[in-house]
Amino acid sequence: MTLSVAVRWRREGDFVLDVNIDLPPSGVTALFGRSGCGKTSLLRIIAGLERIGGAQVQFRGQCWQEGRHFVPLHRRRTGLVFQEHSLLPHLSVRGNLVYGYRRTPPRRRRHHPDAVTEMLGIGSLLDRPVDRLSGGQRQRVALGRALLSSPQLLLLDEPMAALDTQTRREIMPFFSELAGQADVPIILVTHSPDEVQRLADRVVFLDEGRVTRIESLKQALSHPDSPLFFDQGAASVLTGRILPDREDGMLRFGNDRLQLLMQADRPAAQAGITRLSIQANDVAISRQALDGISVINQLPMVIEKIEAFRPGRVLVAGTLADGQRLSAEITERSCRQLALEGGQTVYALIKSVALLD
Amino acid sequence: MFGLAPEDWQAIEVTFRLCLYTTLILLVIATPIAWWLAGGRSPARVVVQAIVALPLVLPPTVLGFYLLIVLGPRGFVGGTLESLGLHHLAFTFEGILIASVIYSMPFAVQPLTEAFSSLGRRPAEVAGSLGAGIVDRFFTVILPLTKGGFVVAATLTFAHTLGEFGVILMLGGSIPGETKVLSVLIYDHAEAMNYEAAHRLSFMLMVFAFVTLFVVYSITRRFEVAKV
Repeated sequence: MTLSVAVRWRREGDFVLDVNIDLPPSGVTALFGRSGCGKTSLLRIIAGLERIGGAQVQFRGQCWQEGRHFVPLHRRRTGLVFQEHSLLPHLSVRGNLVYGYRRTPPRRRRHHPDAVTEMLGIGSLLDRPVDRLSGGQRQRVALGRALLSSPQLLLLDEPMAALDTQTRREIMPFFSELAGQADVPIILVTHSPDEVQRLADRVVFLDEGRVTRIESLKQALSHPDSPLFFDQGAASVLTGRILPDREDGMLRFGNDRLQLLMQADRPAAQAGITRLSIQANDVAISRQALDGISVINQLPMVIEKIEAFRPGRVLVAGTLADGQRLSAEITERSCRQLALEGGQTVYALIKSVALLD
Repeated sequence: MFGLAPEDWQAIEVTFRLCLYTTLILLVIATPIAWWLAGGRSPARVVVQAIVALPLVLPPTVLGFYLLIVLGPRGFVGGTLESLGLHHLAFTFEGILIASVIYSMPFAVQPLTEAFSSLGRRPAEVAGSLGAGIVDRFFTVILPLTKGGFVVAATLTFAHTLGEFGVILMLGGSIPGETKVLSVLIYDHAEAMNYEAAHRLSFMLMVFAFVTLFVVYSITRRFEVAKV
């Protein structure tokens, strides 16, 4: 019951895509790597958009490609969301949404157009021509359209890469809600560590056409030299949920043993998010709980290990009250002055404004 | 009407039948060829592109000559037909129809290739991923998005077939009601010093050609404006 792909393909020039992977067909799998590492080609092979001789693709016991056997695109029932401009321009928003729905046999339909429209907040756009939508609206329609074809596998090809930061922030909650629902396995092609941290359950790292490693998100975040940290530095992901009852007008996120306060006015905060991504350099460490400081979130944490990170910096990784891991990036000097060492209990200080940005 | 003789009417009928059939057949044949030319990566593309464009540069007599050989009683196609108890295709309407299809091929393939190239593969890929089969994809996505290209291809094919002369004369001769098209009839009229009849038909063709091209160019203009 897996998605297996085996392919060796020499593309124009000297680029070789050489991949042989088995992935559990559940949750969100990110294909992560720089542009040109072959992640989109891999996605296209899985979708059936690219027919490469000798490739083998199997999904949940169905053979999609092997030898001369090739299941064409429209029989694989995979939902695709591309980077941009994939709406059919001669159809309205409604026409796009129901294009796949109409072609899905009624017994296979898992979603109703009304429900999807409401979930994605596109009810007011239904009669609009698609060239009068903003980038974020377009991607929501593309996502809804893919969902309404009730796919058995959802393939997202950098769905947020073409959006500006503001729009990405608006649309991310829809993707994370979808990722959290887990009723369809998702393959997400991305070069954004942020998207991986917010959406993925496991990461396939690709480099120059080869898979360098496959790890759970937790593992991927646990070593300081992870490729996820190359651009924006180290980060941790905390899972939880938005708790009922606000405190001083701020939202509470976490579970019964761990709570963080965050601002309620962020678009992401309205939706049912289940993950927070926290940059390690937004976290400070204190030996005691502090009064008279603007930082609201002070979480007790047991230090697990201290590792050299960048020159002059160390990464302090610890376990929080509920067993989740958090990393703080501090200077070597602070580390020495505080005499930090494994097993110590310290306080992780997180500014709430740093959350969700 | 218009002072036309029955012979003229017969030629008009043959001509329009030829143009109509050629256009319909070519739209069916040219569409997959153009799609493949617009998207394929294979080196065979260039070869096919060159073959399709051959009628643009060859003298019509060359094409007509080879078709006469192939389709005639001793040619590969004509001979096979004869041995099956059928008639060979030289000097028949079917023969000049095949010739027209080949001769006007570039006028159908090139506008369609251009339309498909500028459309890109994405819409068809999207439709496929949403469960649409190839025919479904063509009629619900590709055709509506490239109808400008189809209008141009159809009109140019029709108009170009109307202007055919050399190929038909070589392969079809001048058999009334079968292969005698307008262009050939005008030639016959002129040969017989019947200038008045030749002038009438020539003028009609000229007006028709102008109106056709005028309509095509206004339509393509509208499609281009609509795209922006």
